[in-house]
Amino acid sequence: MSDMTTTAATAGTGGAGARAEARGIRSTRGTRATGTGGSGGSGSRGGGSRPGMLRVGVSRIGHETKGYFRSPDAVFFTFLFPLVMLGIFTAAFSASGDIVPGPGMEGVSVGAYYLPGMLAAGMLLSGVQNLAVDIATEKGDGTLKRLGGTPLSPVSYFLGKIGQVFVTAVLQAALLLLAAGTLFGIALPTTSEAWLTFSWVFVLGVATSALCGIALSAVPRSGKSATAVVIPIVLVLQFISGVYLQFSQLPEWMQNIASVFPLKWMAQGMRAVFLPDDFKVLEQHGEWDLGWVAVALLAWLVIGLVVSRLTFRWIRRDA
Amino acid sequence: MDTTAPDTGTTSGGLPADPDAAVRVRGLRKAYGGVTAVDGIDLDIARGETFALLGPNGAGKSTTVEILEGYRLRSAGEVSVLGIDPAHGDLDWKARLGIVLQSATESGVYTVREQLTHFAGFFADPRDIDEVIAAVGLEAKARTRVSKLSGGQRRRVDVALGIIGRPELLFLDEPTTGFDPEARREFWNLIRGLKAEGTTILLTTHYLDEAAQLGDRAGIILGGRLVDVGRVDELGGAEARVPIVRWRDADGAPQETRTERPAEFVASVVARHGGEPDALEVIRPSLEDIYLQLVHSAGAETHDDEEALA
Repeated sequence: MSDMTTTAATAGTGGAGARAEARGIRSTRGTRATGTGGSGGSGSRGGGSRPGMLRVGVSRIGHETKGYFRSPDAVFFTFLFPLVMLGIFTAAFSASGDIVPGPGMEGVSVGAYYLPGMLAAGMLLSGVQNLAVDIATEKGDGTLKRLGGTPLSPVSYFLGKIGQVFVTAVLQAALLLLAAGTLFGIALPTTSEAWLTFSWVFVLGVATSALCGIALSAVPRSGKSATAVVIPIVLVLQFISGVYLQFSQLPEWMQNIASVFPLKWMAQGMRAVFLPDDFKVLEQHGEWDLGWVAVALLAWLVIGLVVSRLTFRWIRRDA
Repeated sequence: MDTTAPDTGTTSGGLPADPDAAVRVRGLRKAYGGVTAVDGIDLDIARGETFALLGPNGAGKSTTVEILEGYRLRSAGEVSVLGIDPAHGDLDWKARLGIVLQSATESGVYTVREQLTHFAGFFADPRDIDEVIAAVGLEAKARTRVSKLSGGQRRRVDVALGIIGRPELLFLDEPTTGFDPEARREFWNLIRGLKAEGTTILLTTHYLDEAAQLGDRAGIILGGRLVDVGRVDELGGAEARVPIVRWRDADGAPQETRTERPAEFVASVVARHGGEPDALEVIRPSLEDIYLQLVHSAGAETHDDEEALA
């Protein structure tokens, strides 16, 4: 037997109720309105006035957008980055003359040539990089687990994410175009046909990016590894898809690899909008191929949707 | 205290569920690969009751609670939470729960008020935001971003988010870890307020005094089994509460005896000893003592089993 000094009675048993009235929640509504009749039985269809998926989804868009603009990393690397790159391209190559599609043809400045690529990069960053890192981080830090314990529908959650991507991508594109037209002196298209093409390529591209981002968020094993997994993928895609390097000068095999992924098609669609028609001779088939742009983006939209649907969990449920 | 008496016995076989039970668990098992984390738990928690679940780390506490919350799927057994099987709980079911998880580490870019307002929007009949902020004592921090709060303040935000939806059943997983003593007392008062409103509470904690202060009943989980369940002041049985008298005999050897009549016994020791005995103590075992005893004896049993197998 050891001569242990006994711990004093730390746990004062009982006596709990005495001060129960102290501070707490005033029960303003008396007994809570269960509405379910409390009959355990088969599911309570009560709480009928719980806000609908759409309404909560819209409130999520505001909440997510606010959170996005309060995260300096996300704002710099997914929102401002294309603008910074466009500024660098414009400044660095301001003296190197125009890019021309062929001998004797009318050319454009380097800045003007890279504008479509930067718009495409913005769509990719706002969607894929932003959401893949964001959702993987939320999975890692307990945000998703907490939300999974509330009556938030996953549909509302994704409406919020995709809506945030649209809001910020539109602002980003507007900022890019504004800077291009004013600061960088790049002439923007004037035909309504061009802007119509811009609209559908942009909407389809952003939606595809957002869904691919959600799908990709399932890959990182932890929140901390999210950027390490996502950024290299996004970066390589940008290099082979004609964002930072002139697509027509890449070897054919690289062009073919890039054609499998959506970014090449977003960039091509944007070139169709912003470059003079003569430039189409530089494309892989000497045409803008807008039909194929639509097909490729739609295909990736469906892939992103299916993978997201199959892989999304509020938490990693079981080991 | 006029809380609902625990009615463990009313398990009406055949009927869907006891309408008075907020939680009903029968033969719950959970295995991860070859490891059994929960090994046959039966548990009833009445509506309006505060139940404290105690146990060392790795005993199966969190697994059990996460199965009840719908986060994990069970391997076997029957579970009903507010009349619903958590494995198939829908959003209406979730709207009736409040879940305060173990510490989350969210980036916290929202202010306390923004976060609460947003979460309130998920529910049909949420509590008043200001009332909740006041109840957790964060009035002065309502406009501060969560990332700028101290650990204890963040924990209070967690609790605020857990109760904003006016839950019928509140899960509190180690809610006061990292609180200073004053904050803990304030938190206890908050919980008593919820209790007085009729909220059913399932509390897991490492703090035995917390279980004693808040719990109507408590259960102790060891090695995936519920080794004891009862009113907090009856846990461990009557014999575990028999006062202990300790002293040193004339040779300096430590002595210990358990007796219902310690004063009488001490008098007899004094008489035998012929004077004041050394290191005399009379101990009424606290919940903590009883808990540690249970944990140790369970540990001893496990060792015995292993030896028997060897």
